[in-house]
Amino acid sequence: MTILWTKPEISRREFFEKCAEAGAKTFVFGGLVVTTANLLLAQDPPDARARAEGAPAKGTNVPIYGFVVDTTKCIGCGSCVRACRDENNVPDGFTRTWVEQYTFFPNGEIIVNSPNGGADGFGEDIPNRNMPEELGQLPVRGFFVPKLCNHCINTPCIQVCPVGASYVTKEGVVLIDQERCVGCGYCVQACPFGSRYINPQTNTADKCTWCYHRITKGMLPACVQACPAKARIFGNVSDPNSEISQILANNRVQVLKSYLGTNPRTRYIGLDSEVI
Amino acid sequence: MHHYVTQGYVLPNQAHIYWTMMIVLYPYITGIVAGAFIISSLHHVFDRDELKPVSRFAMLMALAFLLCAPLPLLAHLGHPERALSIMFTPNVTSAMAGFGFIYSIYLFILVVEIWLLYRVDIVFLASNAKSEMMRRLYWVMALGVTEISDEAKALDRKVMLFLAAIGVPAACFLHGYVGFLFGAIKANPWWASPLMPVIFLLSAIVSGIAMVMVCYLIVQWFNKRPVDSECAQSMMESAWYFLMVDVALEGLELLNHAYMANHDWDIMKHLIVDKLFVSLFVVQFLIGSVVPFVLLGTAVVFKNRIPAGVRNVMGFVSGLLLLVQVLAMRWNVVIGGQMFSKSFRGFLDFHIDIYGREGLLAVLFLFSLPFIAMLVFSRVLPLWGPISTFPTRWLRDRPPEYVPLGSFTKFK
Repeated sequence: MTILWTKPEISRREFFEKCAEAGAKTFVFGGLVVTTANLLLAQDPPDARARAEGAPAKGTNVPIYGFVVDTTKCIGCGSCVRACRDENNVPDGFTRTWVEQYTFFPNGEIIVNSPNGGADGFGEDIPNRNMPEELGQLPVRGFFVPKLCNHCINTPCIQVCPVGASYVTKEGVVLIDQERCVGCGYCVQACPFGSRYINPQTNTADKCTWCYHRITKGMLPACVQACPAKARIFGNVSDPNSEISQILANNRVQVLKSYLGTNPRTRYIGLDSEVI
Repeated sequence: MHHYVTQGYVLPNQAHIYWTMMIVLYPYITGIVAGAFIISSLHHVFDRDELKPVSRFAMLMALAFLLCAPLPLLAHLGHPERALSIMFTPNVTSAMAGFGFIYSIYLFILVVEIWLLYRVDIVFLASNAKSEMMRRLYWVMALGVTEISDEAKALDRKVMLFLAAIGVPAACFLHGYVGFLFGAIKANPWWASPLMPVIFLLSAIVSGIAMVMVCYLIVQWFNKRPVDSECAQSMMESAWYFLMVDVALEGLELLNHAYMANHDWDIMKHLIVDKLFVSLFVVQFLIGSVVPFVLLGTAVVFKNRIPAGVRNVMGFVSGLLLLVQVLAMRWNVVIGGQMFSKSFRGFLDFHIDIYGREGLLAVLFLFSLPFIAMLVFSRVLPLWGPISTFPTRWLRDRPPEYVPLGSFTKFK
């Protein structure tokens, strides 16, 4: 085999110039295509705060959903957790909604627990503690806090999803496209509330959908329907006459980890500062 | 999926540690890429001639590790078959979606640079390599460009300088970006920090230099060849310098957390003094940072009093410890960040799996792949200098055709 030492027809300089030109063109064109596609496919940027406060989406009658948890009413029966598991076929060891029990002791100690996500209720109302005799054995106060996906307006989970599998619907519900999710777990890390998990059956991210399959048919989420104490209120916040709008109008509400600025659509009545 | 032993109150969905050893391995491997590339660039761009003996080796090492960098991620994904979606349908707001693009650009720069670096050798070997099969391989690798005039070589060098000038920031970006993946997660106080990319980058450089140094010394000792002590000394100096900045920043970050003592400090304090005590204080700080700092510092400061052989051994030991330190740092960030619940009231323990897709054996296998790649590279391209260094290994018996051998030795 021999190598021919003829001068190439195209000079090296020309070759590199052409390469650089082609590279630059590909880069610019590719960038334009990706950007355009993203702009076309992207949802209208919602006027987030206005919508959350009840303003209807511009030019549509699409309801904007909201969720209120009244912690002062929760009795810790766990009906919501069981209803959710039945409705959504939640895998063992995970939960889309759960109930936390907070118990405060005289020495300042706080016990938080949520056995099996609270699905079986809280048989022992007072966690066992061996307190010093002089303080007394009884807690000074306690309450239950139901938790679920906050369907944040500034969602860290949608922000970090590398493939756009996490998205927000026009009603403000945060969902996951199970056909698209790569199962990297970045959203599980990014969610400050522990609402997400990797479903071991599908190997994709999973979480509370506010029972999107039910609410789009005019039904209530399973947990709301099951709650005997009306501690969970769900509805259309863009309708000023809806029950949830009335409750939001007449109560002071708080959100979880407000300092993170995720702007949750799930809001709480009677949230204690110890609830994180 | 494992349930990890917990204490305190852990949120129900957080009884698992999702990012395990593969996600520790991923930044470790990309870090070595960045460091090895920078060592190579110190020679190719900044004309540090004493690093010439390792410059080619370091460049190929960067490639070997870069080729393996996506593998831990693939091993971790729940749906690896959908991995390319991050390039076809990327979500522009996702830091992770940048990986495919940053990786591809960097891979392109690196491959072109290596090709230019070896082009003259490849052309020469295409007609003078030992076996017919190898000559054909080199012929393909030459991509039809066979011109090796001085003019052509000068142009090669210009393009290489240009690519290296892009390559250094690209390497920094590639690894700074890995730090950003963690640093930008506001949900996790152990990760969320603007310093994270800088710390990741600096520890990456430390690990890359250490890896090149350790491998160079092992290869030289194993082959009973003399160690270029100027070269080893230069790597020790660089490692020492980057180690100081790296550890200082890591310490400052921790100090800042402690001093600000925000609402999340309680849980972090417990994490540091209890859960991560061994891997953070003992392994990463004492064994991995203080000991190499002293060893390297001694070798640098008392350069003239300590014989070169002893200094090389000191460099070797420090290099190994630095590799452990950076691995421990990745561990403490990735695993440590998941050892407490976002309830800020409970802890998890991590248990190392031996078998399985993300088990220890899989990790060891993946980590051995870059070295296997290096072995393959070493059969095709001369790693330790021009062909004329070991002509009998590369060239067939009859005298070289067409081009005098001497002209190749001038090429860097």
